Amino acid sequence: MSDHEYIPKSKFGKWFNDRLPLLTLGNHLSDYPTPKNLNYWWTFGGILTFCLIIQIVTGLTLAMHYIAHADLAFESVEHIMRDVNYGWLIRYIHSNGSSMFFLAVYIHIFRSLFYGSYKSPREIIWIIGIIIYLLMMAAAFMGYVLPWGQMSFWGATVITNLFSAIPLIGESIVTWLWGGYSVDNPTLTRFFTLHYLLPFLILGLVILHIWALHIPGNNNPIGIDVKKPSKDTVPFHPYIVIKDAFALLMFMLVFAFFVFYSPNILGHADNYIEANPMVTPAHIVPEWYLLPFYAILRSVPDKLMGVIAMLSSILVLAALPWLDTSKIRSAVFRPLYKQFYWILVIDVLILGYVGAMPAEGLYLLVARVATAYYFIHFLIILPVLGFKEKTMPLPLSITEPVLGGFSNPSTVKKKESLY
Amino acid sequence: MKNILKISYLVIFIMLGSFQVNAAEKENLLKGDWSFKGLFGKFDRASLQRGYQIYAEVCASCHSMKYLSYRNLSEKGGPEFSIEQVKAIAASFEVTDGPNNEGEMFVRPARLSDKFVMPYENVKASQAANGGAYPPDMSVLAKARSGGPDYIYSLLLGYEDPPAGINLDDGVYYNKYMYGNNIRMAKPLTDDAVEYSDGTKATEKQMAKDITTFLMWTAEPQLEARHKMGFKVIVYLIILTILVYFSMKKIWSRIESKV
Repeated sequence: MSDHEYIPKSKFGKWFNDRLPLLTLGNHLSDYPTPKNLNYWWTFGGILTFCLIIQIVTGLTLAMHYIAHADLAFESVEHIMRDVNYGWLIRYIHSNGSSMFFLAVYIHIFRSLFYGSYKSPREIIWIIGIIIYLLMMAAAFMGYVLPWGQMSFWGATVITNLFSAIPLIGESIVTWLWGGYSVDNPTLTRFFTLHYLLPFLILGLVILHIWALHIPGNNNPIGIDVKKPSKDTVPFHPYIVIKDAFALLMFMLVFAFFVFYSPNILGHADNYIEANPMVTPAHIVPEWYLLPFYAILRSVPDKLMGVIAMLSSILVLAALPWLDTSKIRSAVFRPLYKQFYWILVIDVLILGYVGAMPAEGLYLLVARVATAYYFIHFLIILPVLGFKEKTMPLPLSITEPVLGGFSNPSTVKKKESLY
Repeated sequence: MKNILKISYLVIFIMLGSFQVNAAEKENLLKGDWSFKGLFGKFDRASLQRGYQIYAEVCASCHSMKYLSYRNLSEKGGPEFSIEQVKAIAASFEVTDGPNNEGEMFVRPARLSDKFVMPYENVKASQAANGGAYPPDMSVLAKARSGGPDYIYSLLLGYEDPPAGINLDDGVYYNKYMYGNNIRMAKPLTDDAVEYSDGTKATEKQMAKDITTFLMWTAEPQLEARHKMGFKVIVYLIILTILVYFSMKKIWSRIESKV
C-alpha cells in the first residue's frame, strides 16, 4: 500500500518477511500517510481500540471469578467486590468501561456524520462500523444481565420479549431464546457464553474496519481527497501516535474519575437487589446508552411496529451513504446540512432523555415527535438537501487553502491533476 | 485546544444529563454530612463502630448481612475493631457446622471466617415473622436504593403520623420517604435506644447517621482504598498528560501545522 517497496534491513528480517510479511505490515502501519489537519474528533478511533482491549482484559479476569448460575451469580459478583484482590477495581473498570466505550463510539459516529466520512469511497468502513455498533449493543445488554440483579433480570425479560412481536412464531422464538418458559438459569448461562464470544467477533471486525480504512485513507475535516503521501499528509508514527496518546490520556482522566469517584452513578440502584421473578421494579430502564432506542420503541403504540421502528433506526444508518445525496463530504462547506446536523444531535439527546422517563403524557408526545424527526432527517431531509443545498467552494488542498471555486470534489481532483 | 474544550463540554453535558436522569425520581432527601464523600472521603472510624453497635442491637434481629464475615470488622478501611474484639463478637454467635466424622451436624461458636449469622433460616421464615414483608438483606442496601446513604438516613428520620384521611392497616407505618409512603418496619430508632459504649449521646439523628455510615461501609468496604488509589491514579495521569502534551508540541513543530 505504501508507494515504496519495504525491504527489511537484517538478513533474518528479510528471510522472515518473505515468508510472512509482518514487517511490511508494521512498516505500513507506522508510515501510513495521514492527513495532517485531523482534529481531536479523529482520536476516538484509537480510544475505542483502547476501550475494547480494556473490556476484554478486565472481562477475562472477571470471568475467572464469576459464576454463571442463577443462584450464585449475584453472590459471586459480591465475592469479586469484597474478597478478590482488586476485584472492585476490575469490576468497576469493566462496568464503567462499557459506558466509556459507548460515549466514545457515539462521538466517533457523530464525527463521521459531521464530516461525511461514510461517503464514497468509505461505505464499507461505515457499514462494518454499524455492524460493530450492533454487536456492541448486544454485548453490553447481555453483560448487564450477568450480575443477576433486578434490572438485569427485568431488562432481559423486556428485551427478549420483543421477539414475541414477530407474527406466528414469535412466542416460540422467545421460549427458544430463554431456554425455558421464563428468563432463568439457561438464559443466564447462554448470555454469559455469548457475552464472552461477542468481543472477539468485534475485535475481528475492528481489524476489518481498520483494513478498509487503510485502502482509501482517512477522511479529514475539509473532506477533500488527499494525495498520499504528500505535503498534506504526515506519517502515522510519530505524529498521529503521539496525538492519539495525548487524547487517550485525557479520556482516561474522565474514565478514572468515574471508576474511582462515582462508579455507580451510571448504573441503576435496583441492580444491587438480587433478581426476584416475583417482584417487578417500578421503572424498568435500560442503560443510558440504549435510551434513545428505548424511546423510539415505546413511542410506537403497536408492539411489532415499535420493534421495527427501533431496528430501522439503526439500519437506516447502514443506508446513509446512499441516502445522503450530496457530493460534498464535510459539513464545513454545507451551511444547511450543518444546521440539520446539530438539530439531529439535539433530537437524539431528547430521545435519550425521554427514554429514561415514564412513557406517558408530555414525555410520550415529545418522544413521538423526536422519533418522527429522526426518520425525517435521514429519509427526507438528507436526500433532498443534496440537490437543493448551495454549498461553499472547496479548497484545493490542505496545505494550500486556496479556494478552487468548485463545489464538486471530482472537479477539484481534475483541477489538481492539471498542476 | 479549542477542540479539547469542546470535547470536555460534551462530556460534562452528558454527565450532568445522567445525574439528572438518576435524580429525577427522588423526593427531596435529607442530606447527611458524610465524611466518606469527596476526593479524600474516609469513613469516620468511631461512627462505624457505633454503627455496628446499632446494627447488632437494633437491626440484626430482622435484617441479615449475608455477604459480610466477622473478619471484615477488623479489616483496614472498616470499623477496625481489634482482632480480640472481633473474636469476642464472633464467639457470641452460634453456627451449625459439620458433618463431623460421625456424620453429625454440630453447633459451635462462630469464628472470624464465618459469615454473619442470619436472623432467619430463610426468606419465608422472615416473611412469616414480619407480617408478610421481607426485611431486605443489608449488605449492599446503601447501593441498592436510589439516593444511597441519603435515602437510608432520610427513611430512618422520616416516620410521621399519617396525614388526615389516610388509614393504615395494623403493622403498617407512615414514612414520607418510603416509596408509596407505607412501610412495614416500625420506627426503629428513638432517643437512647442504645447506650453507646464510647459515651456519645444516642440521639435519634446521631444513631441514624452512625448506622447509615456503617451500611455504606458494608455496601462498599473498599471505598477508602478506592479513593486513595483514585487520587494517585489521577495525579499520575495528569503529569503524564502534561508530558505527552509537550512531546506532542515538540514533534509537531517539525512541520508547519497546528495540533
